[in-house]
Amino acid sequence: MAVELEGGQCRLRPFSCELGLLSRPDGSATFLQGDTSVLAGLYGPAEAKISKELPDRAALEVLLRPKVGLPGVLERSREQLLRQTCEAVVLGVLHPRTAISLVLQVLSDAGSLLSCCLNAACMALLDAGLPLAALFCGVTCALQPDGTILLDPTARQEQEARAILTFAISSSERKVLMSTTKGSCSVEEMQQCLAAAQRAATTIFQFYRDSVRRRYSKS
Amino acid sequence: MAAAFKTVEPLEYYRRFLKENCRPDGRELGEFRTTTVNIGSITTADGSALVKLGNTTVICGVKAELAAPAVDSANKGYIVPNVELPSLCAERFRSGPPGEEAQAASQFIADVIENSQMIVKEDLCIANGKLAWVLYCDIICLDYDGNLLDASVFALLAALKNVQLPLVTINEETGLSEVNLKQKNPLTIRKHPVATSFAIFDE
Repeated sequence: MAVELEGGQCRLRPFSCELGLLSRPDGSATFLQGDTSVLAGLYGPAEAKISKELPDRAALEVLLRPKVGLPGVLERSREQLLRQTCEAVVLGVLHPRTAISLVLQVLSDAGSLLSCCLNAACMALLDAGLPLAALFCGVTCALQPDGTILLDPTARQEQEARAILTFAISSSERKVLMSTTKGSCSVEEMQQCLAAAQRAATTIFQFYRDSVRRRYSKS
Repeated sequence: MAAAFKTVEPLEYYRRFLKENCRPDGRELGEFRTTTVNIGSITTADGSALVKLGNTTVICGVKAELAAPAVDSANKGYIVPNVELPSLCAERFRSGPPGEEAQAASQFIADVIENSQMIVKEDLCIANGKLAWVLYCDIICLDYDGNLLDASVFALLAALKNVQLPLVTINEETGLSEVNLKQKNPLTIRKHPVATSFAIFDE
């Protein structure tokens, strides 16, 4: 399913999603953006270790496994970003002293990996039926040397770009939950990228609806 | 009495202060804590700086070593930042391998160096494909009272400006490197990034 925004300039790659494909986790999802794909599995709310439990809310843990090699400092940094985004939407106060574990496995990386991880994480949260205050989606923007904005860049476009910005956009009022930048850009450029990402978020949320509808209309 | 109220109703405690547009320690909303910086205090390091933002204390030490450049980037040196949050700085950090916060902070500092281009790796190359500088930047938090990232970036910048690198030449006949400790040059710092952190208290 190829999605195209108004104006035709900012085009997202074909998306694909499969929910509930793993039998052991409480929720699982695989999300494909072009050739980039991430598999997410969610366990929870489950019993937490006493050292990790929080008295008034659920303790959320994210593990990101790269395709090749052991997780390094970059994966830890992305885990922190994903965890903080999920903590902003998950209603953890409904499940105190429990642990929610989200494990993400990178299956292939062809650009826009972090936003694919965000999308897979949200789909896994939906599939597990966890109480959420809002949905979120990830959008990556590449700022080319001449100033044009490309959404959902491929690996080659990311390499050539002057700056790469990834946003996590919430479904309520399109608020920004997370923003991370690689490279340098001006404040105006960042705001333009954010506006483009918020427009693209509408399309992604519609895709979420269609995926969930498809999943539950079968059974 | 106020301490008990702070423990029982922390949000309400802060709201009382925010209504008067100030914070429990008396600061305005846009005001930084008292900042002090002490440069060059570690004589065993090639460059060092100690930064205090209020009670948050961060020390950065830079050591320069020589290494062969990577095969795919023969004209680039290395900058390796590492942020440590030892169990000394706050009781929530246990001793052992670095936790998520320390690793995420190390990645953040590496991103700041790379994105701002404050040190261009090509400047660290001595001889193309043969010899380059490696700058190990160790940032250690001694007292964690919030705003670690701002203090770390500040300490890193101050320590890098303090670095004096000896002149290294390669002897053409022997092919070995010669280090001249008498002649030292500072690093070329192209950009000076400053980090500022904000918190949004949602009403």
